[in-house]
Amino acid sequence: MPPSGASRLRVKHMNGVTQVEFIDRNILDEANIHQIGEEIAGLVDAAPAPKLLISFSNVDHLSSAALGTLITINNRVKNRKGQLRLANIDPQIYEVFKITKLDKLFQIHDTAEAALASVT
Amino acid sequence: MPTPSRQSDATVLTITNSREDIDRAESGLLDALTRHGYPEAARFAVRLALEECLVNAFRHGHKGLPPTTPVKFSYQVAPDTLIMEIEDQGPGFNPEQVKDPTLDENLELPSGRGLLLMRAYMTSIEYLGRGNRVRMVYSPKAVK
Repeated sequence: MPPSGASRLRVKHMNGVTQVEFIDRNILDEANIHQIGEEIAGLVDAAPAPKLLISFSNVDHLSSAALGTLITINNRVKNRKGQLRLANIDPQIYEVFKITKLDKLFQIHDTAEAALASVT
Repeated sequence: MPTPSRQSDATVLTITNSREDIDRAESGLLDALTRHGYPEAARFAVRLALEECLVNAFRHGHKGLPPTTPVKFSYQVAPDTLIMEIEDQGPGFNPEQVKDPTLDENLELPSGRGLLLMRAYMTSIEYLGRGNRVRMVYSPKAVK
């Protein structure tokens, strides 16, 4: 867990795509989720047509509040005519996306490579 | 800090809306599940349902109440069944009034999925009292 006030994300920029990974294994705490939302919103707002890949490779648990933040991010990306991809989602967590039918809303790929290849 | 009062596998806790309290309660419950041989998928399901239920209790149930207002959380673990109850001190709510978040027109709403997930992962769930007490039952053999 990162120290209080530190970034909750690992971010790298490659070939015009901003790639984000979570530092927390559990995305459950409301304050942390709020911080994650604010940090990603800053990344989205930093580009005119943001291309964003969010990887869940470190994530074991997430709550519906985290899903809500992803939806808000998705709307923000769409408003800026950008592209959002999700990747590396653990099967148990992917099931959460399926139950909520958010697998229909998001473009989800098995791997970061596949997600990157889908960005135009 | 949660105050445990144990009797065999039954536990009653008082939890405030702090990560420390919630983590400690979850940890105790998950340890009990492990002791009773529940698989990892069960631990995932139970943790998710409990998180969602506690968020609902603190955020919605206790809306307008002092932020330190605690909820009562009790559980009873047996090898074939887990029973959990979460009771908040709010006025209660009617689960029938919650919109279906899986409908196309609601898919982009950022909230309202907690109850759906609780129902999906638990074997049964019912609201008791004035709608401020939730009983969730999980049976590993009845996994959907």
